[in-house]
Amino acid sequence: MPLPPPLFENDVHATLRSAARRWARTEIAPFAHAWEEQGEFPRALYESAAAAGVLGIGYPETYGGAGGDLSHVLAAAEEFILEGKSVGVAVGLGSHRIALPPILLVGTEAQKQKFLPPVLRGEQIAALAITEPGGGSDVASLTTRAVREGDHYLVSGAKMFITSGCRADFLVTAVRTGGDGHAGISLLVIEREHGFTVSRKLAKMGWWASDTAEIAFDGCRVPVSNLLGEEHQGFVPIMMNFSVERLLLASNCVAIAELAYRESMAYARERQAFGRSVSGFQVTRHKLADMATRLAAARALTQEVLQRHLRGEMVTGLAAMAKNAATDMCSAVCDQAVQIHGGYGYMREYVVERLFRDARLYPIGGGTREIMNEVISKTEGY
Amino acid sequence: MKILVALKRVADPDNANKVKIPPSGDRIDTAGLEWKPNPFDEYALEAALRLTEDGKAPKARAGEVVVVTFGPKETEQTLRAALATGADRAIRVDVTDDKLDGALVARALKALVEREKPDVVLMGKQAVDGDSNQVGQSLAELLDWPMATFAATIQEEQGALLVGREVDGGVAVLRVRLPAVVTVDLRIVAPTSVYSLKTARTHKYNDGVRFAALPAIMASKKKPLAEVKLADLTADSGLKVQYHGFEPPPARKAGIKVKDVADLVARLKNEAKVL
Ligand SMILES: Cc1cc2nc3c(=O)[nH]c(=O)nc-3n(C[C@H](O)[C@H](O)[C@H](O)COP(=O)(O)OP(=O)(O)OC[C@H]3O[C@@H](n4cnc5c(N)ncnc54)[C@H](O)[C@@H]3O)c2cc1C
Ligand SMILES: Cc1cc2nc3c(=O)[nH]c(=O)nc-3n(C[C@H](O)[C@H](O)[C@H](O)COP(=O)(O)OP(=O)(O)OC[C@H]3O[C@@H](n4cnc5c(N)ncnc54)[C@H](O)[C@@H]3O)c2cc1C
Repeated sequence: MPLPPPLFENDVHATLRSAARRWARTEIAPFAHAWEEQGEFPRALYESAAAAGVLGIGYPETYGGAGGDLSHVLAAAEEFILEGKSVGVAVGLGSHRIALPPILLVGTEAQKQKFLPPVLRGEQIAALAITEPGGGSDVASLTTRAVREGDHYLVSGAKMFITSGCRADFLVTAVRTGGDGHAGISLLVIEREHGFTVSRKLAKMGWWASDTAEIAFDGCRVPVSNLLGEEHQGFVPIMMNFSVERLLLASNCVAIAELAYRESMAYARERQAFGRSVSGFQVTRHKLADMATRLAAARALTQEVLQRHLRGEMVTGLAAMAKNAATDMCSAVCDQAVQIHGGYGYMREYVVERLFRDARLYPIGGGTREIMNEVISKTEGY
Repeated sequence: MKILVALKRVADPDNANKVKIPPSGDRIDTAGLEWKPNPFDEYALEAALRLTEDGKAPKARAGEVVVVTFGPKETEQTLRAALATGADRAIRVDVTDDKLDGALVARALKALVEREKPDVVLMGKQAVDGDSNQVGQSLAELLDWPMATFAATIQEEQGALLVGREVDGGVAVLRVRLPAVVTVDLRIVAPTSVYSLKTARTHKYNDGVRFAALPAIMASKKKPLAEVKLADLTADSGLKVQYHGFEPPPARKAGIKVKDVADLVARLKNEAKVL
């Protein structure tokens, strides 16, 4: 391992990492390439992850979770990427990480009991549906309408780029119940039986093993009991979800970059050119040194923001900084990883080729690089 | 049933290329190595857990599983992980690897067995670092207990274990009366390898070693972990095996390409001399 374990981690994390690592090595890694090429992984993997105790980390045991906090979530997610070697599988398995927190945050006890346990047992798939075909960054302008009719909402509109949306059993959906702007937004759990349709499974640059859907609501009848929190009060839980999501994405980037770095180190040592190993050239060693340095820096920032979050500090701006630092780092490291692999780095059979494509999502998803800078501008007060 | 499981921490065999030998050649440099439990010992722990439960309700222990390791403070991590998967109690015998050999471990384990009075001592057939394959056999001899080595299946009976051992051309089944020493092979963690009296014969375990879930990992911090001095277990800490030098295996030479089958056969015959 090029870097020692994160400073704030203890024995519990170490044991958890080794369990997650072992699970990912046996249950993901052998199939990673095939599932990425097929654009899907078996649904049974959710149950396998649940049985191994790695799906419900970070959720209370009362709802079938495994307990622990965000530091445990990130540690396990990193091992999934490092040892499973499929970013697509890791993010597909993890779509509940962004879908369930609003339920936990503002849902009623009955809603928590209904929606959390089946997902944490690996029997149901949950997805978060905020982004729309017409816009993602400007959440406050979303147009999917939910009109109250007795004890139901009639929902019409569309959602775009929804991770795990093709197979989701329910969508935690941002809808407009009121007037314009953020004060008219509510969160609704829309279940498959309410009749949403998957318009298409989108073909993507990376994250192939994870399905991404465009979804249509054509007068879906959703019971009012599926409203999360107060009507018109959906914007705040959506925004609160974002800080955690951004830390997750930053930590994904740290893991992806570390994997790309490890692969590059090993390749540079093995590959011969001009009578020596490629790592025998100073220019290669310096590339690797720069990769390791940027990786260490982004990891340190991500870990610091994580610690502040765990202490209960508001980390809106810092989480945005961590995301930008980590996504920039990850793109740069993966680019260099491909370079070190020469022609093979451009070939699908090499992991770094895939990581290079996977990395490109991160400055876009979960709030774009530019939106992060908007957030930072606001919290910094200029 | 009370089971004592011996668990050794070994350098991760998947990272064997990180093993370094200093120019003096007098030892192996362990700095920077990744450690993990000896896989065969992990299998022994899994077998011990299966023997002390009803497979349908694996959280409740019927009996007690005590894990013991010989190692420095850091090996407590290995013990905690074992406690997290279900062991009840742990013992660390404080000593470093270079002060041990198989015979000494067996002598110390004998003393520990006399204290703990388990019905069964379970351990891996060998540790994947030294591959010595000695401790189980030596311990059984010292205790004058029945033993079964290389167990692929274990079935609990009243006061005995029915142990299947894979041998050339078939499976030999031994009935060992308790107390006994059993060393396990890798097939012991297959879905239908181990049955306690409580577990229905129709039950199928997940293949492999169970995973420690986070709540159990956290709870393991509260389980008892005792430290014992080697000197308290045996007055004789002399070593029968002494290491006189270490050298890395020769670097692999580049392969050759053969022209055709005839060329291959000729080389196998004349150069490799295997035909
Ligand atoms: C693989 C994948 C998975 C996804 N999964 C999910 C999911 O599960 N659920 C979900 O709800 N969404 C998901 N998304 C959507 C993602 O969150 C959005 O793509 C993202 O928020 C950007 O929105 P957009 O694509 O509509 O881009 P737009 O908002 O159209 O932005 C286009 C460009 O304009 C820039 N821009 C926009 N506003 C400003 C501004 N104020 N200042 C400066 N520049 C600006 C952006 O930075 C960007 O460069 C996913 C996306 C992808 C690609
Ligand atoms: C899509 C594609 C199409 C191609 N088409 C053709 C074709 O039609 N015909 C053909 O003959 N080839 C073709 N190639 C091969 C291409 O020219 C080689 O991939 C390229 O020359 C690099 O060689 P390599 O892949 O063996 O990398 P390597 O030589 O193994 O290089 C690996 C890494 O080591 C670095 N390195 C090597 N030597 C040194 C040094 N002395 N100092 C510092 N760094 C060094 C490299 O820059 C690289 O980062 C193609 C490749 C691709 C990907």
